[in-house]
Amino acid sequence: MMIKMQRIKKVYHTGRVAVEALKGVDLELEAGEFVSVVGPSGSGKSTLMNLCGCLDTPSEGEYFLDGERVDKFDSNRLAEVRNRKIGFVFQNFNLLPYATAYENVELPMIFAGIGQKKRKKTATELLEKVGLGHRIDHKPTELSGGEMQRVAIARSLANSPKLILADEPTGNLDSRSGQGIMTLFEELWKAGTTILMITHDQSIARRTNRTILIKDGVIVSSLNGNGAIPNLEEATVEGFGDHGGLD
Amino acid sequence: MMNSLLFVRLFWRDLKANKKRMSLTLIAVFWGTLSIVLLLAFGEGLKDRLVENGKGLGEGIIIVWGGQTTIPYEGLGKGRRIRFYPEDLMELKKQIPEIEQVGADYFNWGTSLTYEKTTVSNRVNGLFPSFETMRAHYPMPGGRMINELDMEKRRRVTFLGDRLAESLFGTEDPVGKTIKIDNIPFTVVGVQKKKQQMGSYSGPDDNKASIPATTFSAIWGNLRYNNIVVQPRDLKQAEYVKQRMYEVIGKRQKFDPSDKAALSIWDVIKQQEQMAAMMLGLQIFFGIMGFFSLSIAGIGVANIMYAAIKERTVEIGVKMALGAKKRQIMGQFILEAILICGIGGFIGILISQGICSGYQRIDTGIEAISWLGKPTISMTIAFVTVGILAAIGLVSGFFPARRAASVNPVESLRYE
Repeated sequence: MMIKMQRIKKVYHTGRVAVEALKGVDLELEAGEFVSVVGPSGSGKSTLMNLCGCLDTPSEGEYFLDGERVDKFDSNRLAEVRNRKIGFVFQNFNLLPYATAYENVELPMIFAGIGQKKRKKTATELLEKVGLGHRIDHKPTELSGGEMQRVAIARSLANSPKLILADEPTGNLDSRSGQGIMTLFEELWKAGTTILMITHDQSIARRTNRTILIKDGVIVSSLNGNGAIPNLEEATVEGFGDHGGLD
Repeated sequence: MMNSLLFVRLFWRDLKANKKRMSLTLIAVFWGTLSIVLLLAFGEGLKDRLVENGKGLGEGIIIVWGGQTTIPYEGLGKGRRIRFYPEDLMELKKQIPEIEQVGADYFNWGTSLTYEKTTVSNRVNGLFPSFETMRAHYPMPGGRMINELDMEKRRRVTFLGDRLAESLFGTEDPVGKTIKIDNIPFTVVGVQKKKQQMGSYSGPDDNKASIPATTFSAIWGNLRYNNIVVQPRDLKQAEYVKQRMYEVIGKRQKFDPSDKAALSIWDVIKQQEQMAAMMLGLQIFFGIMGFFSLSIAGIGVANIMYAAIKERTVEIGVKMALGAKKRQIMGQFILEAILICGIGGFIGILISQGICSGYQRIDTGIEAISWLGKPTISMTIAFVTVGILAAIGLVSGFFPARRAASVNPVESLRYE
């Protein structure tokens, strides 16, 4: 079991108002799954993602990541978990603008305290793997959106994480680049990586092997992917369907 | 810790992005450093100057004059004058092993000194060979000071102060020449090396003719010394030696050893210690002044770091997501603050050094300014300055860094 969440609640206190973003979520993710999370904006999918990624801790409930209970960890231990077990891919790439592709990929390994020789070998291999062997010394500003996201994916893989968390990874890309990125994710998944991906794009969600629909802070349904998802189609009507797809 | 190259690049990017603010901050650090280093360097120059001038009188010595008794003792009433005799000197040397050297002075004012056609009226000083080291009567090359044999044989030899030698001989070399002191011929054996003399008794040393004390007493018939000069083996024994002098001389001349007025003592050792303490106090004061002006620069550094956090919120969030720990986030900010202080400080020290060595080359000829001596950046000053810079860099980096490390990654990743 890669992710096991039980009765997870998350309450945000803004001033005197307490907002319950997650109202008791149970989520299980097996190793090797490729799961998408869909839901309208404000549904709590970002909160769920932040909790899964150990960027935040739940107000209530238990969270086991890769067999380790992490919901009560302090910030330093959470940082360690993120560094060793999780790779993040963001919608807006979040690469360091002044660093080269190589240096961006190297960064998680620096935080992990890995020696320079090994960093160089791994970073080079990863950039070649995502098809950017020729762009190693380019800065983000010299790369296209698709290339930047490939760098980000290479970076997310730097410390061989158990889990890849992708937050709308194709959201800022044109459809061709988006297709390329999805293909890359599929390849990673086939190679055994567990992937959890937020999206509001049905066509993207269909390419994953399971889709979780979240609404008003609770998981409404969890369905096997690959097309026949009547409930998801229903849900999209009021939720994310009106955003339109990429293709 | 961040990769060093990346770190430098980040700093460079920041420098370019905030040229004005960064250069103002660097100038503030530079200016603070300049003021701290210059204050300390000029303080050091002043101290060196004072120490050097103090050495002109002699180092580690105690000068003693006879006083007047204030306590009746062994049937002798008070108000008796105490004067020193050659026996007192011998007794001191014999009874107090803590004394390294002794000596004594005779003086004769307004003595006529003649070389060929030139006659001047000046002081003649009968003294001891021990004055060479005790009272800094060092000869110029080619000459010598009065020695033991001169004393023993009561030779008519003289050792001239450099200013006196100049007024008698001009540019001519006086060594080996004969001058007449009160019409008695004396051979010049040496001329005193030029020295800075701050303290003096019976006039400065550069304007007198010195002759052996024995010769002096034979010619003018003086028996009692004007004063005695004593040098303890160890500066720490000065107080003990003083007390013993009261006992030894008191026993010989019959006065109460607790009668402080019987001897009049000028403790040059204590005076020099006080001077050193005062100079140290002055330098600490200068250092504090400099520290405050550098602190203002530190506030500037902290300010620029706080601004940097705001600009780098997303970046901090990304690094946190990638697994950077608090100290790794903090380290970067602290290092950057230290780097700003380092660069500003380095320029400051460099320019201070330039000012100091430039200043040393200028001869203003103004007496008051010459008292400043040579401003010097000593190792201590360098270490103190670097230490203060590092401390200010650390403090001005620490608080912004702590703020940076407390950035919430969830919030910051949403930040645009």
